[in-house]
Amino acid sequence: MSSTSSSAPAASRRLPSIPPATLIKWLRDMHLIREFEVRCMQSYQEKKIGGFCHVYIGQEAIAVGCTQAVRHEDPIVTAYRDHGHALARGMTARACMAEMFGKIGGCAKAKGGSMHMFDKPNNLYGGHGIVGAQTPLGTGLAFATKYEDEVINGAKNKRVTLCFLGDGAVNQGAFYETMNLAGLFDIPVIFIVENNGYSMGTAIHRGTTMSHELTIKGRAHGLKEATMDGMDVIAVQQDMHELAEWCRENSRPAFVDMRCYRYKGHSMSDPRKYRTREEEERHESNDPIGKFERTLLDNGVVTDAVIKEIMASCREEVRDSIQFANESPEPPMSDLYTDVFVEPWGRYPGSSQPEFTGGATNVCAFRATNGKEGLV
Amino acid sequence: MTAVLSNPVFREPESMGGAIREIEFRDALREAMSEEMRRDKRVFLLGEEVAQYDGAYKVSKGMLAEFGERRIIDTPISESGFAGMAIGAASMGLRPIVEFMSWSFSLVAADPILNNAPKMLYMSGGQLGCPIVFRGNDGAGGQLGSTHSWAVEGLFSNVPGVKIVIPSCAADAKGLMKTAIRDDDPVFFLESERLLSIKGHVPEGEYLIPFGHAAIRRTGTHCTICAWGRPVSFCMEAAEILAKEGIDCEVVDLRTIRPLDLPTVVASVRKTSCAVVVDQSWSFASPGGELAAQIHRHCFDDLDNFVHRVHADDVPTPYSTKLEQEYLPNVRKICEAVRAATYRA
Repeated sequence: MSSTSSSAPAASRRLPSIPPATLIKWLRDMHLIREFEVRCMQSYQEKKIGGFCHVYIGQEAIAVGCTQAVRHEDPIVTAYRDHGHALARGMTARACMAEMFGKIGGCAKAKGGSMHMFDKPNNLYGGHGIVGAQTPLGTGLAFATKYEDEVINGAKNKRVTLCFLGDGAVNQGAFYETMNLAGLFDIPVIFIVENNGYSMGTAIHRGTTMSHELTIKGRAHGLKEATMDGMDVIAVQQDMHELAEWCRENSRPAFVDMRCYRYKGHSMSDPRKYRTREEEERHESNDPIGKFERTLLDNGVVTDAVIKEIMASCREEVRDSIQFANESPEPPMSDLYTDVFVEPWGRYPGSSQPEFTGGATNVCAFRATNGKEGLV
Repeated sequence: MTAVLSNPVFREPESMGGAIREIEFRDALREAMSEEMRRDKRVFLLGEEVAQYDGAYKVSKGMLAEFGERRIIDTPISESGFAGMAIGAASMGLRPIVEFMSWSFSLVAADPILNNAPKMLYMSGGQLGCPIVFRGNDGAGGQLGSTHSWAVEGLFSNVPGVKIVIPSCAADAKGLMKTAIRDDDPVFFLESERLLSIKGHVPEGEYLIPFGHAAIRRTGTHCTICAWGRPVSFCMEAAEILAKEGIDCEVVDLRTIRPLDLPTVVASVRKTSCAVVVDQSWSFASPGGELAAQIHRHCFDDLDNFVHRVHADDVPTPYSTKLEQEYLPNVRKICEAVRAATYRA
């Protein structure tokens, strides 16, 4: 694996043999995420988006490079900064934006929101809001694919799970328990630590021991280690592909210190007083999109006109997603009561329920259940 | 529930013909798990000491030999990790049974079992379910001290999205466990260490007991006593004592507290005009408090007295046998509550 750090020169690089159409798709995916996030910030200011909102600007190369390094059937799970992963995995900008707008057209029918993007057809298992909570879940996804392939079907393990987390999650107890289990049970899961240097406003060295050598945390549990340049989409895709195939083949877990930088604040209410403008500018000059564009231009894969065209089409797609989200209806009141159980037993007839709040008809309201009504 | 109830395997154990055996509560649990594992390869058991040790309480004895280490899985002592891992596996469609050696240890796994399992379906807009069973010992085991004596139903019944099963006898343990494993939603299955060695009549043959169907353990006309889990046997004992005093009690075993079979309770209270609720969790914001509120609401005009409640005392569980017995919802306290409720005090 490469151990390039974010201080690498922003010069153009030689291209490995990747079809031009593929490279152009990566560029477009990255542009789409950035445009999407810029418009998210605007929409948040306009109060179209509520709650907490965390944008992915600066880290686009990771979501794009990682998802393009594995197969569509390989599950992925991530934390709350999840719009980029959702889009890179194939969720439509419409479904993603409408979810944030709290509309019925959203990927989870407006029950999840910005931090909880779920897309089962695209094998995206969330979007999880509690820091580090997705790490045991991701290990469970990989446990399940391995169990299906090996125990149920009696074949060889075929899939590998990508579990994204931030560098702040590295200090959660659940993550250590999970790495131990993954190492112990030969679980094909890759923990991709998107190490953007800050957990909220706490610089990594202020909260994490051995932050100069983060992979030692994986080594302690027998995980394969790698450090990658998360600001370089080609490096991410190439290194991740090699690693993922190793994990798939050997059915083993891995730990990736994915070096990157979060251009914006932790969330929409973060004035970024804990770091300097100079530091931000230094990283912005290493922009993953700008760098990739230069490489493609220098290698004759694209022209300025093509880039302009890509940007225009991304702008149009995101503009359309906002229009869709605006026009999508709010969820019906009855949706409040659906998806609580696969096998519901009826409406709770206690004092806190809609007969007192004027709510709409409940789809799983009082109904005969074997001659009995009104199970609580 | 409609789909589940249309399943012809739903039977009350008493309605089963054929031979009746007497087996321990733990054997009934093991039979249920083993039968379901033979039936469905997606079902597996994991937890601390479940495999090579044969289970800390021997519930899974012999299962490793039958099903092998890929399906009976020893985990390290890391509840948060393995509970969360099992939830992830369930969201992919497997059907894990997670054994907590004690539900007291589930508190370190509170985030996955409360924040992920019961909310996965809702937050994903119906895309991902979580068909999982968490099971283990709940309530005071006997001189274990406060950290190991949790009755977690008081905490966990507050959470929407979980089903909570608390069986009181071997036959129910088997029938309810089979239902729990086949249920598509997360089920918290609360056993009692003090019940594991108790033998009971368990019919041969397959039967599943539906959730939300209470059992009337004793019919009576003066007072309805509602309970679930271990305290049901205390209620039966109290009812015998009270019968000699001329107080005829009806004992309703709720079996599951989510869902809660209110119709059976209400019908009984309308008959007796008197209700006592017995709950081994602490009284403040408890399932017993909820049931009492529901009885007050639905039987307001039928009650001759307010609903009396018997709980564990509002203190941490003590170690001393004498103090622990006094702390629990014991026979004496139940008798006192019934006498007070029926104006015989």
